[in-house]
Amino acid sequence: MITSLIRRAIQAGFVIFAMTLIVFIGVNVIGNPVDILINPDLNQAERLRVVESLGLDRPLWQQYLSFLHGLAQGDFGDSFVYSKPALDVIVERLPATLELALCAMLIAIVVGLPLGLYAGLYPNRVSSKIIMTGSILGFSLPTFWVGLMFILLFAVQLGWLPSNGRGETELLFGARWSFLTADGLAHLFLPALNLALFKTSLILRLTRAGVQEVVMQDYVKFARAKGLRENRIIFVHILKNLMIPVVTIIGLEFGSLIAFSVVTESIFGWPGMGKLIIDSINLLDRPVIVAYLMMMVVLFVSLNFIIDICYTLLDPRVRLDGKG
Amino acid sequence: MTALLDVRNLVTTFPGGAGTGLRAVDDVSFQLARGEVLGLVGESGSGKSVTGFSIMGLVDWPGKIAEGQIIFDGSDLAKASVETRRSLRGRRIAMVFQDPMMTLNPVLRVGTQMTEALHAHEKIGKAEARARARDALGLVGMPSPEERLDAYPHQLSGGMRQRVAIAIAFLHRPDLIVADEPTTALDVTIQAQIISEFQKLTEDSGTAVIWITHDLAIVSGLADRIAVMYGGRIVEAGGIAEVLERPRHPYTRGLIQSVPSENSRGTRLTQIPGVTPSLINMPEGCAFRTRCARATAACVQRPGRFGDEDSYHRCFHPHEEALR
Ligand SMILES: Nc1ncnc2c1ncn2[C@@H]1O[C@H](COP(=O)(O)OP(=O)(O)OP(=O)(O)O)[C@@H](O)[C@H]1O
Ligand code: SF4
Ligand SMILES: [Mg+2]
Repeated sequence: MITSLIRRAIQAGFVIFAMTLIVFIGVNVIGNPVDILINPDLNQAERLRVVESLGLDRPLWQQYLSFLHGLAQGDFGDSFVYSKPALDVIVERLPATLELALCAMLIAIVVGLPLGLYAGLYPNRVSSKIIMTGSILGFSLPTFWVGLMFILLFAVQLGWLPSNGRGETELLFGARWSFLTADGLAHLFLPALNLALFKTSLILRLTRAGVQEVVMQDYVKFARAKGLRENRIIFVHILKNLMIPVVTIIGLEFGSLIAFSVVTESIFGWPGMGKLIIDSINLLDRPVIVAYLMMMVVLFVSLNFIIDICYTLLDPRVRLDGKG
Repeated sequence: MTALLDVRNLVTTFPGGAGTGLRAVDDVSFQLARGEVLGLVGESGSGKSVTGFSIMGLVDWPGKIAEGQIIFDGSDLAKASVETRRSLRGRRIAMVFQDPMMTLNPVLRVGTQMTEALHAHEKIGKAEARARARDALGLVGMPSPEERLDAYPHQLSGGMRQRVAIAIAFLHRPDLIVADEPTTALDVTIQAQIISEFQKLTEDSGTAVIWITHDLAIVSGLADRIAVMYGGRIVEAGGIAEVLERPRHPYTRGLIQSVPSENSRGTRLTQIPGVTPSLINMPEGCAFRTRCARATAACVQRPGRFGDEDSYHRCFHPHEEALR
């Protein structure tokens, strides 16, 4: 298992390296930051000076090398817009996105998993059919539309919940978090629910499909033949096998929750990374875009790594050094 | 003498076809005394497994026991409550399945799968359960049973896994074991080992066995009585020697003649012409008549049971002469 982990880590290193290249080139081909960042009223000399100070005059390969060099030190260059290190700009926004994504994932799991289990175990009950129909809605209604409806209903019509910003925050581990205060939680609820909707349906349907596959297996019938109680069959024999695909999906989807929280963050004015990246793309704030993309690459690679480890913990068949 | 198991006019149906559904088991009756071994023989799809599952109370939804009685030790299982049936399963009536690769749960240790079967029926401590599981493994000829308790199924060979399944079936010294082709999936040498171990265990504990197979050779060495199934019905039943020597039903005769044996060396093996009809287009009257050389107009009627409870056939034109 140690060797396989090391092999995995080396692979991950290659992926990240390849991504630095792709990200750097990709970002340098789109648009010219000079046109956007520099006041058109400046004269030629002043323009050149700014271009030089941003390092935009050097050939691309030199820019790439210094980019790599900086990257090794966690330095993506200064944001053109905020005039401070790009990484800092992003890391400042990270807690907001992280707590939103975690909350959404939590909702998706807590709601999707039990409902999927139920619908899979008792596919012919009316309640199961209602659940499955509901999940189709969760799948097909566009996130932005649902978000707007949430605001209209809960914030505007009923006035139960706030619809903009993070509310009060509390300091923990050097970052500010909304979920630590009642007001923050109230602000967190609607966007998290909005973001969770699609993932809930996904987890629900995946769980149901998994259950229906597992209950057909001989080992479930054999467990019944042993006279086990239904609870033990469902929560040990079925659930343990089910967790293998479900954990994989949860891991991968968590990455996409962070990466694609853009829409929800924009609608609910949630000051997270999604909103930041949209603004940065509009302004062609290259260092921030690059730092963000690299961060996502590292995030996905690490998530895959964690999923792999979970896998080996959940499935004895892939545990390489299993004793016995 | 009262029988341990008395199956009377059992009908198990799956939805489909016209009318009352597809009769996978159709008017099946047989008796089994304590310690007796019944060989249940027939081609694929003849309803052997469904008969076994009906006795276990494990017929897959939407199939159900539609008619008849399964009287086990004086009470009718067909009418018993779900909890009664559960408490009998594994404790007084156990089952061994065909494919040992599929019957053990891949994510649970062998020890867990054994001790849970004990805990389901008895209030005993962990250490005691483990000791009993270990002893049970020893009884079925498992080398170093203590270590095997911590193994996962994939770490064991097919033969070893089937030994585990058999050990589980014998944990509570049941009155009856339904063995559904337990050696079909194994190598011939391992088959022989397992059969002889199984035989020894049943003799020691006085367990009655329904041994399901399509292999007449196994049954002839193992069973006291035999019941031959065709199209969901028992077409011939009786003492093993009696039936093998003087099969009355043309189907039984065909089956026996299609098995290579000492006396048939040098002669051409006969085969039953045609294929087993599916349940949906089972012929009216005698189900075998489309493949039977002796069929006459009379065979459009459904043959009843000719003979007494212990020894009978369902054929209008039975063979009278002994085989060779
Ligand atoms: N879950 C099910 N749903 C629908 N039909 C079923 C189901 N299980 C069994 N049957 C039908 O019942 C009939 C008898 O099947 P059964 O499994 O008892 O045959 P078998 O004699 O055990 O054959 P084999 O030697 O292949 O195991 C078959 O025609 C089969 O199609
Ligand atoms: S009843 Fe008729 S068709 Fe059926 S086995 Fe006997 S002779 Fe053949
Ligand atoms: Mg079968």
